Amino acid sequence: MYKGQSGMFAWLFHRIAGLGILLFLIIHIVDISLLGFGPAVYNEGIALFGTAILRLISLALIAAVFYHSLNGIRIMLIDFVPWCVRYQRSMFWAVMVLTILGFIPVAYFVIGPVFGLHTGNMGSGM
Amino acid sequence: MRVSTGYGPRPASGGFEAASWYFNRISAIGLFFLVILHLIFNHVTTDVSCTSYQLIAIRYANPYWRVYDWLMLTLALLHGMNGLRVVVDDYVGTQVWRVRILWLLIMLTLVLFMIGTVTLITFQPVAGSLGPNCIK
Repeated sequence: MYKGQSGMFAWLFHRIAGLGILLFLIIHIVDISLLGFGPAVYNEGIALFGTAILRLISLALIAAVFYHSLNGIRIMLIDFVPWCVRYQRSMFWAVMVLTILGFIPVAYFVIGPVFGLHTGNMGSGM
Repeated sequence: MRVSTGYGPRPASGGFEAASWYFNRISAIGLFFLVILHLIFNHVTTDVSCTSYQLIAIRYANPYWRVYDWLMLTLALLHGMNGLRVVVDDYVGTQVWRVRILWLLIMLTLVLFMIGTVTLITFQPVAGSLGPNCIK
């Protein structure tokens, strides 16, 4: 067992993040299916996702996605590249740092509008 | 006597567990790129409030967006449900409840997959008003 050191927390956060993402995925599949009900209904759902509280919850999801994917890469390196297991602890800290580094710019765009920041992406994208 | 192969712990007995162990890792590779790009296209390059029906109509005019989203749907559902299966196996003690919950998960996966696939295949923008670009 990992006896409460970084390895255990890596596993625990990975599991919690994964479950959170899965829960979101279930909700997301349903909300996108609203497309079948036409623009009025679908756009109401989109309006909901634009509200402040949901932007905040989206931040949790985004952090979860970054952490889960980066730690997943760490897991794959440990599993498939034999000498990497020696570096599992430093890889965990690398995952934490990269999660924060990836999270901050995306969070700026997501939560910025709540504070009136003009994030420059309000035109229709692709 | 089992000699260390130098590789990490993995299901030794082959079969379903080994296949699912490999599947989660292989699907993770695809999902890494699919999901991060999806996040960028829907939250960064355009604000989430601007991912309106109008935008989807424009995107889904190109069928490869649908393929992209369907790949994400399939891989993410299977990857996630496989992970949830492992979590259930970890915490559900009795065999009876384990079987019931796993059947529930299978049904849930099928239903969600059907809903997603039908949405992606059948979406045709309505002839009338597509609605605004950005929803305030």
